[in-house]
Amino acid sequence: MRLSELPKGSPAVVDGVDDAHAADPIAQRLRDLGFVDGEPVRVVAIGPMGGDPVLIQIGSTRFALRRAEAARVNVRIEVAA
Amino acid sequence: MSASTLKIALVGNPNCGKTALFNQLTGGRQKVANYAGVTVERKEGRFTAPSGRVLQLLDLPGTYSFEANSPDEQITRDVCAGTYPGEAPPDLIVCVADATNLRLHLRFVLEVKRLGRPVVLALNMMDTARQRGIVIDMPQLQERLGLPVVETIAVKRGGAKALIERVDGEVPTAAPAQTDDAASRADLHAQVRELLAATVTMPRATAVIDDALDRWTLHPVFGLMILAVVMFLVFQAVYSLGKPMTDLIGDGFGWMGERAAALMPAGPLQSLVTDGLFGGIGTVLGFLPEILALFLFIIVLEESGYLPRAAFLLDRLMLSVGLTGRSFIPLLSSFACAIPGIMGTRSIQDPRDRLATILIAPLMTCSARLPVYALLIGAFIPTRRVFGVFNLQGVVLFALYLAGILGAMAVGWVMKHIRRDKSEHALLMELPSYRLPKVRDVAIGLYERGAIFMKRLTGVILGLTILMWFISTFPSPPAGATGPAIEYSFAGYIGRALQYVFAPIGFNWQISLALIPAFAARETAVAALATVYLVGGEASGLGQALAGQISLASALSLLVWFAYAPQCMSTLAVIRRETDSWRNVAISFGYMFVLAYAASFVVYQVARALT
Repeated sequence: MRLSELPKGSPAVVDGVDDAHAADPIAQRLRDLGFVDGEPVRVVAIGPMGGDPVLIQIGSTRFALRRAEAARVNVRIEVAA
Repeated sequence: MSASTLKIALVGNPNCGKTALFNQLTGGRQKVANYAGVTVERKEGRFTAPSGRVLQLLDLPGTYSFEANSPDEQITRDVCAGTYPGEAPPDLIVCVADATNLRLHLRFVLEVKRLGRPVVLALNMMDTARQRGIVIDMPQLQERLGLPVVETIAVKRGGAKALIERVDGEVPTAAPAQTDDAASRADLHAQVRELLAATVTMPRATAVIDDALDRWTLHPVFGLMILAVVMFLVFQAVYSLGKPMTDLIGDGFGWMGERAAALMPAGPLQSLVTDGLFGGIGTVLGFLPEILALFLFIIVLEESGYLPRAAFLLDRLMLSVGLTGRSFIPLLSSFACAIPGIMGTRSIQDPRDRLATILIAPLMTCSARLPVYALLIGAFIPTRRVFGVFNLQGVVLFALYLAGILGAMAVGWVMKHIRRDKSEHALLMELPSYRLPKVRDVAIGLYERGAIFMKRLTGVILGLTILMWFISTFPSPPAGATGPAIEYSFAGYIGRALQYVFAPIGFNWQISLALIPAFAARETAVAALATVYLVGGEASGLGQALAGQISLASALSLLVWFAYAPQCMSTLAVIRRETDSWRNVAISFGYMFVLAYAASFVVYQVARALT
């Protein structure tokens, strides 16, 4: 599942970031910002116009990502153990 | 420079409170300049440590990673690595991290450590961390990192004491430098996780207050309503705070000019002093209150963390015209003046988005256009009620503002479709925690921007005012001349030559003449019109004089011209400085000239046909 498809409020875990093309700087920056395997994420808010951008909570930080950016992030929904 | 001066570089993620810490350490003793050849701001300050040693502090641009995405991030990387030309490698790096956001910030700390230079870690915002129940095991963190760690509270008096003591002491030994490759970069996150697990306990990932506020400010409906109210209040406040002070300053200088004139004999020198010197200074200074009032609000909104929220709400709209949510802030500033607005585009890291914003910014109705609007609207638009509630004059003023905004959107849309680089450019914007702005940080920010503004404009406006006075006074009319003196001056000749270009849009030679100083600074068009119409004829109010001399169609055409016309010289100079390219200056000037001429032509011809 893509982060851009994650419904607002439901907790998920990052499953890696895909490069949209070779040497994708946006994907690299996402990784540097902490979008790495195993990090919990959540969609906190969505933009007022067409639901774009989305506001993502990762760790203690909130990032506004456009949908195309969020689509690079794979997420999985983990059932609480 | 004495041998005991220690060079310290201050680095950290954006929003770590680095600038507040820099202000706390150096107070007002800061020097702001540019790095050679690029448009990134270089902030340097110094302070004397208790031991008497002078410490030189360099505030580097905030960055998330040394994998640089923008010119300012490259500078931070190169200065830290000691490879930036003309910049001596720092003796010590102080890495600032937000104690409430260590998961993100520690990764960068590890990156800095790998450079193999002496590093001190300043854990900032420790007061907020404690309030939120975050417990950090400092000795453990220090040992695991292998770096000295100190606590700071940048926004509290004395909050940097521990840091000052530490940097005043022995320079810590550097960790061995490590190579930087993809595998080791990925490893940094694992290290951060280990560090956090061993040293930090955090009851809650976010601040309760942030969650509560964001629920309203980012709400699709209420969020936009709050944004509209905030913007409305800002503009109301700017005009109700700034306008009276502007008038006061203008009157004050007029009075001083008269007093000075009374002390000297009548003649060219007297008129230079009253009209040229005092008039010019009054114009420049009178401009300042509105600018400062607007900046006050922009800085407060920026410091409080609200502006990125506004950018979030507006990103989709901005993107549709080829901009980014971040463009909102500089464009808002451009309503005061395009110069600070263009300077403000430095917060847009993406070069293409930044250039697009710079080219559009001058279309926002800057306050320098207001005197021209006020004069023409007052003279030509009757104070009639429209729909029972609105004043027609106000409606016209609003329409002019709207014309600027719509024009900007159209230009952005066109640029988006004709530019070659159609690749994806990221938003990737952090929304920091809400903070109460601190008086000192607001004051320093206000002072810096005010000073830059004054430096840019004082010389230009003053010089041009005097030049205008000169060309409209000399040569004197020949003996026995019957027309107003100005018709025989240099100004008269230039105005008549320009008239051929501007006749199709309804400008007579006096207006054409006034466009010359307006290019230096738009508000001087009023002074120039006053000079050409009043210096020669009997003074009975400029508005009345104009109403008798030019048609309504010409007046409307002139209003539209000012809404779109090529910006003032200072703006072009700033574009040159900020983009390091004459080509962008030419593009900017060219497209606005064509736009303004076309729009004025249509308005003039239509209005003439109807009246």
